[in-house]
Amino acid sequence: MTNAAEFRTCPITGKKVFKTTQNLMWINAVTAVVFILIGGIMALLVALTRWPAVHLLPADLFYRFLTAHGLNMLIFWIVFFEIAGLYFGSSVLLNVRLATPKLAWLAYLLMLVGAVMVDIMVFTGRADVMFTSYVPLMAHPLYYLGIILFAVGALIGCGIFFATWAIARAEKTYEGSVPLVTFGLTAAAIIAVFTLSAGAIIYIPTFLWSLGIIKNLDAAMYRLIFWGLGHSSQQINVTAMVSIWYLLGALTVGAKPVNEKICRTAFVLYILFINLASEHHLLTDPTLSSAHKIANTSYFMYLAVLASMIHALAIPMALEVAQRKNGYTKGLFEWFTKAPWGQPGFPALIFSLFIFGFIGGITGVAYGTEQLAIKSHNTWAMTGHFHGTVVGGTTLAFMGLTYYVIPLIFRRELIGKKLATIQPYIFGIGIVLMSLGMGAAGTLGSPRRHWDVTFAVSIIPFSFDPTVILFTTVAAIGAMLAVTGGAIYVLVSVLSVFFGRKMAANEAKII
Amino acid sequence: MPITSPEKYWWKPADKQEKIWITLSLIWCLILFAMMPLWHIYGKQNPSAEPLKIRPADFMKVSNVFIEKYKVGEESGIAIVEPPAGVDVYLRGQMWNWVPILKLKKGVSYKFHISSTDLMHGFSLQPMNMNFQIVPGHDNILNFTPTEAGTFHIICNEFCGINHHTMVGKIIVM
Ligand code: HEM
Ligand SMILES: [Cu+2]
Ligand SMILES: [Cu+2]
Repeated sequence: MTNAAEFRTCPITGKKVFKTTQNLMWINAVTAVVFILIGGIMALLVALTRWPAVHLLPADLFYRFLTAHGLNMLIFWIVFFEIAGLYFGSSVLLNVRLATPKLAWLAYLLMLVGAVMVDIMVFTGRADVMFTSYVPLMAHPLYYLGIILFAVGALIGCGIFFATWAIARAEKTYEGSVPLVTFGLTAAAIIAVFTLSAGAIIYIPTFLWSLGIIKNLDAAMYRLIFWGLGHSSQQINVTAMVSIWYLLGALTVGAKPVNEKICRTAFVLYILFINLASEHHLLTDPTLSSAHKIANTSYFMYLAVLASMIHALAIPMALEVAQRKNGYTKGLFEWFTKAPWGQPGFPALIFSLFIFGFIGGITGVAYGTEQLAIKSHNTWAMTGHFHGTVVGGTTLAFMGLTYYVIPLIFRRELIGKKLATIQPYIFGIGIVLMSLGMGAAGTLGSPRRHWDVTFAVSIIPFSFDPTVILFTTVAAIGAMLAVTGGAIYVLVSVLSVFFGRKMAANEAKII
Repeated sequence: MPITSPEKYWWKPADKQEKIWITLSLIWCLILFAMMPLWHIYGKQNPSAEPLKIRPADFMKVSNVFIEKYKVGEESGIAIVEPPAGVDVYLRGQMWNWVPILKLKKGVSYKFHISSTDLMHGFSLQPMNMNFQIVPGHDNILNFTPTEAGTFHIICNEFCGINHHTMVGKIIVM
């Protein structure tokens, strides 16, 4: 049914890459990079303001740019990249044309228009509400409308993923079961559907409320449903990230999953158990009973944690088996020390795995208990936690993958391979320092979303123990490193995508 | 390869190492799971969690009555209140103060009602670093027994507008 001119065959993997898929991946990925650039500039300014020795921005700009940082990074960068990933996981991996490319362009436009609307509202000072926009803090109606458009676009993107899957099944373009990476991305897309539905449930009434049509919104109810969106969307990120870990393992050392059953079951655990755990955001709220909190955050959350523990074994195991096959069999660790550390994908994978597990994951499980939530809720330790998960983990994995997508899918040779190789190290070490600094300062009480932890202008005088300032400085130094790593990423990927040497059709070079 | 379809029969039994790891993880998850309710009962470190709704205007009224009744002074324009033992304590988060300043006695149990009359605020007691979300329309009821004399501060750790970082309250324990 397909016309040979519409696709090319990848000389390395033998996959069919359709022109429409390639274009749509390109536009979504490039847009993602534009948003990480905006979010990164905001990160620099915000981090320099929280560094007491610099204290760069005035208070109003600090809160405005912090709002912009959260939105551009957590929502726009991540989701645009994920949509590109979904098109890859369905169309490329299943050897099939993308379902309804026109609709995919519409989805892209909706997301773009939504994101631009949100950014205009934020930067013109009409939405100083943080990315959580907790009711009764009110933003301009166009802010909420922008988010709704963006979410609808993303939802259509998920629909196209499923439709492409269905076409591949009907046309038998793959044999047996779908590849593991596609399976993982399917889990992510399923979670995305119910997440985005929670989004619709909460943003539509909030939009009407900002227009004055609805008079009262309960602040606690908003928080509950908001985190139905906000937390489960983190689970999309985790699931997508784990899929990309498997992919990076294959691209860098030729790793293949040791036991498909185990890996796939773990993905199913994510789908089943994670959405419920989102109430751990409400552990210090006045609205839920203790029994409710305990059931929700222990039973359900730990089954999702089990899934992560399974991947935490399966991935290193796959890497080790592959490396031993590659001939690195001496001692216990030759497979690890002789790994391709001089290729960007491998350090990106390893840093991502370790930062996600040891910084993001462990703090997440700890702070998700009722007692420790009291010690960490809304402190800077929380910010440290999720820069371990969604930045050191997800973002770094996405960055590592980009260096392979550019030659393999966009057929451009990387410009600045050396820079690309040191990038994961700089970014990874920066995020480790920043997250640990934030965690330490937060454990001593330092609040998140705060312009001045020295309290120079408070009415009732107060100051922290000076070690808070020390740890804040550590975090700031880490932030400077991370921003440097982020800048290298943007530089290398933009230069390569636009000016990299066009690769010949049969050129079988990964990086 | 994770990017190609697996062989036809991929539903295979797990290897020994895999089984050991998964079993250990599962046991660990179960321990954590059991610790949640157990620590709630035996650790006694949990918030009292008595969900109660209260309209912001009503909370304003009751907290003002409380302040007038037990007011003993004023600092920087904020009332200082010394409630006798056994009386419910009302603490109000508002842009950008915690009112009133409280004078409490060591070893006495107090039932705190904390709420907001405008936006959300973050009750963050320093230096012990205990944090609670304060939500307008809802009463966060907490039982406190000060065990140490001294001056304690409450900062705000939920963004509540342009002067959020100036919002500091005080509790004096005698
Ligand atoms: C270049 C690296 C980055 C640096 C240096 C950085 C730094 C910071 C800093 C200093 C804060 C402010 C904390 C506060 O005042 O409470 C912050 C908040 C935040 N960052 Fe980042 N960040 C980086 C990358 C990212 C990425 C890639 C994401 C998401 C994918 C992200 C998501 C967030 C979110 C969601 C917040 C919370 C905003 C809020 O509290 O409303 N950051 N970041
Ligand atoms: Cu406040
Ligand atoms: Cu505040």
